[in-house]
Amino acid sequence: MDNPTLWPLTALVFLPAAATLVLLLLPRDNHELIKRVSLFVTVIVFVATVVMALPGITGAAHFSLDADAVAEMQAVFQVSWIPSFNIEYFMGMDGISFPLLVLTAFIAMLAMGASWPITKHVKAYCVLFLLLETGMLGVFLALDFFLFYVFWEVMLLPMYFLIGVWGGPRREYAAIKFFLYTLLGSVLMLIAILMLYFNSDIRQLSDEQLVAAHVVPDQQSVAAWRSANPADGAAADVPRHTFNILALQQLGQTTDQFSKSVFTEGGKSIQWWAFVLLFIGFVIKVPSVPVHTWLPDAHVEAPTPISMILAGVLLKMGGYGIIRICYPICPEAAYDLAWVVCFIGVVSMVYGAFAALAQKDFKRMVAYSSVSHMGYVVLGLGVWSAVAPSFNADYWKMGMNGAMFQMIAHGISSAGMFFLVGVIYDRVHHRELDKFGGLFAKMPVYSGIAILIFFAGLGLPGLCGFIGEVLVVLSAWNFSMVLAIISAFVVILTAAYILWALQRVYLGPEYKGPHPEALTPITPREWSIAIPLCIFAIVLGVYPQSLFNYMSPSVDHTVDALVEWQQRQAPAALAEGDDEQPDNADRDRVLRRDEESKSKGERQQPAPAQVRLGWNRAVHDVLPEPESRRDAVTQGGKG
Amino acid sequence: MNYEQLVQSVIGDTENSLRKFLPELVLCATILLILLTRLFAITRKILPPWLLASVGTGVAFFLTAPWVHLSGEVSTAREEIFTGMLVYDAFTIYFRAILLLTTFLFILLARISGLADQENGPDFCTLVLGAALGMCLMAEANHLLIVFLAVEMASVPSYTLVGILKTNRKSSEASMKYAVYGAGAAGVMLYGTSLIAGITGSAHLPTIAWRLSEGIGTDYQLVLVLAGLMMMVGLAFKLSAVPFHFWCPDAFEGASAEVAGFLSVASKAAALALLVRLVIGFTSPPAAEPERFGMKPALVATASGATSNASTVPVVHDLKVKESDRQADRVAGMRTFLAWVIGVLAAITCTFGNLAAYGQTNIKRLLAYSTIAHAGYMMMAVAAGVAMMTANPVGASEAFAGLLLYVLIYVFMNMGAFAIIAFIRNAIGSEEIADYAGMVRSSPGWVVCFSAILFSLVGLPPLAGFMGKLVIFAGLVDAGMYWLLFVGGINTAISLFYYLKVVRVMTFDPEPETRPPLRLRLASIPGLYVLVLTAPVILLIVQWNGLYRWAEAACKTVVGF
Repeated sequence: MDNPTLWPLTALVFLPAAATLVLLLLPRDNHELIKRVSLFVTVIVFVATVVMALPGITGAAHFSLDADAVAEMQAVFQVSWIPSFNIEYFMGMDGISFPLLVLTAFIAMLAMGASWPITKHVKAYCVLFLLLETGMLGVFLALDFFLFYVFWEVMLLPMYFLIGVWGGPRREYAAIKFFLYTLLGSVLMLIAILMLYFNSDIRQLSDEQLVAAHVVPDQQSVAAWRSANPADGAAADVPRHTFNILALQQLGQTTDQFSKSVFTEGGKSIQWWAFVLLFIGFVIKVPSVPVHTWLPDAHVEAPTPISMILAGVLLKMGGYGIIRICYPICPEAAYDLAWVVCFIGVVSMVYGAFAALAQKDFKRMVAYSSVSHMGYVVLGLGVWSAVAPSFNADYWKMGMNGAMFQMIAHGISSAGMFFLVGVIYDRVHHRELDKFGGLFAKMPVYSGIAILIFFAGLGLPGLCGFIGEVLVVLSAWNFSMVLAIISAFVVILTAAYILWALQRVYLGPEYKGPHPEALTPITPREWSIAIPLCIFAIVLGVYPQSLFNYMSPSVDHTVDALVEWQQRQAPAALAEGDDEQPDNADRDRVLRRDEESKSKGERQQPAPAQVRLGWNRAVHDVLPEPESRRDAVTQGGKG
Repeated sequence: MNYEQLVQSVIGDTENSLRKFLPELVLCATILLILLTRLFAITRKILPPWLLASVGTGVAFFLTAPWVHLSGEVSTAREEIFTGMLVYDAFTIYFRAILLLTTFLFILLARISGLADQENGPDFCTLVLGAALGMCLMAEANHLLIVFLAVEMASVPSYTLVGILKTNRKSSEASMKYAVYGAGAAGVMLYGTSLIAGITGSAHLPTIAWRLSEGIGTDYQLVLVLAGLMMMVGLAFKLSAVPFHFWCPDAFEGASAEVAGFLSVASKAAALALLVRLVIGFTSPPAAEPERFGMKPALVATASGATSNASTVPVVHDLKVKESDRQADRVAGMRTFLAWVIGVLAAITCTFGNLAAYGQTNIKRLLAYSTIAHAGYMMMAVAAGVAMMTANPVGASEAFAGLLLYVLIYVFMNMGAFAIIAFIRNAIGSEEIADYAGMVRSSPGWVVCFSAILFSLVGLPPLAGFMGKLVIFAGLVDAGMYWLLFVGGINTAISLFYYLKVVRVMTFDPEPETRPPLRLRLASIPGLYVLVLTAPVILLIVQWNGLYRWAEAACKTVVGF
C-alpha cells in the first residue's frame, strides 16, 4: 500500500521522542543548551503543523481545505502492525483533530519557553517534557484504537514525574491522585475497547464504507479484500474484528453489532456499556464533576509550564475522545444518555464557577475556572436536539462547533492564565489573592496582558472565549431551556470570579504581600510567550471563521452521520411528516417502535448542503429563527 | 500382542521418545558433568560449574529450537512419548524454551551477582538444573504419576535453593517453611491423584478424560469434585494462589533475591503449564479426535495405565448420537465447573495479592505479593480459556496463547526486577524500600530501568506488561467473563499504588544519611545484564506479533481444534 504520509506524520509525532536521545548525550550541567535544544524541537514541531495548515502549500501531509476533502479524514496512512489482533499503525487527521494538533504544538512550544525558570534536574525535565509531547501529538493523530490507547497512556508517566518532581509542596499527593484517576479511567476505557473489538465484524460493511473507513485503500481492492476475508463458507463464523476507529464508527452507526445485550437477556446493550465506560474515562480527563477532584490539586501543584500543558492540551483529550469515539461509535447509547451528558456538563459549569468564586489561591481559582469552562464543552457536545420529524441538527451542530471552539479557546486562555499566574509567583512566591493588589502600577505591561487574557477566559465579546460559550448556550436552548438558562447564568458567575480576582490582584492602591521589591516588569522572554497567546485570543474572537473553516466541515460531518443514524431509527416517523413537535417520551417511543426495522449496512444519502451550512448562518444572524429555518431545510412541516 | 512385540514396540517408542527428549537429556548430562568436575580442584578451575550449567542450558535451549517448531513452517503435532507418560507438542516446546531461558538467565545472574561463586557453587548449579528438569517435566506431563513426580522434582531442589545461604538464619527458616508447606500440599495433591486414578481406573490423562466423559464418575461426583479440589491444592501451592500462598512472602524474604526471581518466574511458569495441561487433559476426551488415537495404537496399548484403552476404542465408533450428546454435556459441565473454580480463585488471589502488597516495606516481600497477584491475572486467562473450550475453541486457544505471551513477558519483568534487587543488595546490603530513597540522583540509569519494569508490572503502555494484560483481558472479553474482567481492571488500578510507592521513594525522597553511597553504572556487567532484561520490556511494543504467533502455535495443538 502506498503511504505518502507515513513518514511525515511519523516524523512529526516521534520527533520529540527521538530528540530525547540527543538530549541524553548533552552534558548534564549545561542547562541553557538543553533547554535551547528542547525549545528548538518544539518550535520545529509547531512550524511543521503551521505549514500543514497554510493554504496553498501542497504536499503529502498537508491539511487540505478543498471542499471535497475538508470534512473527511486526510493525510491518512496505515501499516499493518500486529496482524494477530488486526492492529494497525494508522494515523490521519480531520478538522476535529487538526486544530487540536496545532494547539498542542503551539502550547508545547510556549510551555517549553516558560520552562526557563526550572533549574532542578533540567535534563530529566526536558526528556520527560518531550516524551509528553509525543504522547499528546499521537493521541490526536491515532485512528487505531490500540494506538490511541497507547499514546493516551504514554502521557501518564511523564506527567506523573513532571508534577511529582518539579511541583509545589503537595506535589506527591497531587501526582499520585492525577495518576490514579487517569489510570482508573483508562482501565475502564480498555475494557470498553475490548468489548467493541470482540463484537465487531467489519465484513458487514458495504464496499463504500470499507473505503471510507480506510480498511481498503480504494474501490478496486475491495474485491480482493473480500476474498481474503470471506463472509461465507467455512470462515463464516470467524468474525473479522477491528480496532479501526473509523470502521467502528461505521459499524456503530449502520449495523446492530453493538446492540446486543451484554449481561442479561434484554439488558443494556454493548454500546450502552461501552459508551458509559468510555465516557467515564474521557470525562475524568475533561474533567467534569464529580470526577474533577484531581484537577485542582494537579494544576496547582504542577510547575507553571506543566499547568499550561495540563489545562491547554490534556483536558482537551477528554473532549476529543467524546466527539471522536463515544458519540460516533455508540450513537444509540449517546442518544439515550444525552440528558446525562448535558446534565454533567451543566453541573460542572455551575460547580466549577462557584468553587472558583470561593478560592483564595490564585492558581486554584484558575484551575476551577477550567472545570467550569470545560463544562461548556461537555454540554455543547451533548445537546442532541435533533428530533423527529424534522431531524433538524442545526442547533446540535452549533453546540458541537461551539464545544470544539471552546476547547481551542480554553486552550489558549487557560494556558495564558496559568502562565500569568506563574509570572507573579516566580517573583513573589505566593499566590494568595488577598495579598496582592496594585500590580498595575508596578507591572503595567504585564497587567495589561493579564487583563486581556482573563477577559478572554471570561468570555468577553471580541475575544476567543465568547464565541464558544455563546454557541453552546444558544444551542442548549433548543435542547432544554432550563439547562440553557442555567448555563447562561454561569456567565455571570464567571464574570464575578474573574473580575473579583482581577480587582484584588491588579487594581487597588498598593501591593500588600511579601517581597514587594521583587515586582519587576516582565522580561522579553515572558512577553514573547504571552503576546502570541494574546494575538490568538483576539484573532479567534474577532474572526472565528478562521478556525471554523478548518473545523466545522468535519464537525458537521460527524453530526450529520449521527442524525442520519437517527433517521434510520425512525423512518416511519419521517414518512408521516408529522408536524407536531414530539417531546422526549415521543421520540423514545418512535425509537423503540422502529428498533426492529433498523436498516443494516446501507448508507443513506448525505444530508443536503444547506443543512451543513445551517448553523453557520444562525451564528451570523446571532438570533436564529428556528421555525422557518427548520422548514426550509426539511422542505416540510407547518409551512 | 505377545511379549516380543511388546518389547519391540517399547524399544521403538523409547528410541523415538529419546529424540524428542534431547533437551532434558542434555540437562541430565550437564548435572553429571558438574558432579564429576567438582571432584578435582583442577577441573573446578578450568570448568567452573556456572559455565558448564549455562552452556548446558544454552545447548538444551538450542535443541528445543522454538524458532523451528513454532514458526508454523514445521507443524509440531501432539505426540505421546515414553508410552504415554509425556506428551510432546508445540506447547511443550514453548514452555521448555521459556523455562530454559529463565534458567539460563538465572545462572548468569547468579554468576554476576556472586551467588554461584561460593564454595557451594557446584551444589547450587546442580540444584538449579535439577529444578529446571522437574519444571520441564511438569509442562510435558501426560500421566498423573509424572505430574506428581515432576512437581516433587521441581520442588525439592527449590526448598534447598531457598536455604542456600547456609549462614543466614532467615534463609534457613524460609527453606524450612517452604519445605513443610510444600510437603503438606504435595501430600494432599497425591491424595487427590489417587482418588481420581481410583475412580477412573487410569492415570493416563486422555484415558481419564475419556472415561469421565463416558460418565464413569457420575456416581461419585462428590468424590470427584473433592479429588479435583485436592489436586488444585497442589497446583495452587506451586502457583502461590490464595489461600495457599503463605509460604511465598516468607520464602522470598529469606531466599536470596536471585533465587526468589527464579522461583517466581520458572516455578510459576511450570505450574501454569501443568494447570493448563491438567485442565485441558481432564476435559478433552480423545474421542473428539479419534484418528489420533488410532494413529499409534502400539503406544496406547503399551501404556501401563491405559492397557484397557484398546477395549474402549471400538466403542467410540458404535456410540449412538444420544450418547455422544451426553458425553459432550458432561464435558461441558466439567469445563464450566473448572472455569468457575479457577476464575474465583484467580479473582481472590489477584485482589488479595494486590491489597497485601500495599503494606510491605521490604522489596522482596512486596514483589512476593506482586507475584501472587500476577498468578491471579494469569489464572484468569486459564479460566477464560476453559470457559470457551466448548463453544469457541479458537477463542480458547487465543486465551491460552494470551497466557503464554504473558508468561514470556513476565520472565523479563520479574527476572529484571529481582536482578536489580540483588545488585542493589550487593551494593548497600539492604532490601528495605526505604533504603532506595533518592537513588535517582546517584544511579539514574538504574532507576529508569527499575521504574520501567515496575510500571510494566502495573501494565502501563507502552511497556511490555501492557501487552500481556491486553491479551489476557481480551480473552476474558471473548469469553464473556466480564465480572472477572472488572476484577482485573480494578486490580490494575490498585496495584499502581504499591509499585508507584517504590518509584516514588527512589525518585522523590531525599537520600538517607545512614545508607552507604550507592553509585551504580549502566556501563558495567551488572548494568548490562539489567539493560538486556529491560530492553524487551521497553521495546516489545514495537513488534510483538511474532511472539504472539508462537504462543498461538503452541496452544493450537493443546486445544486441538
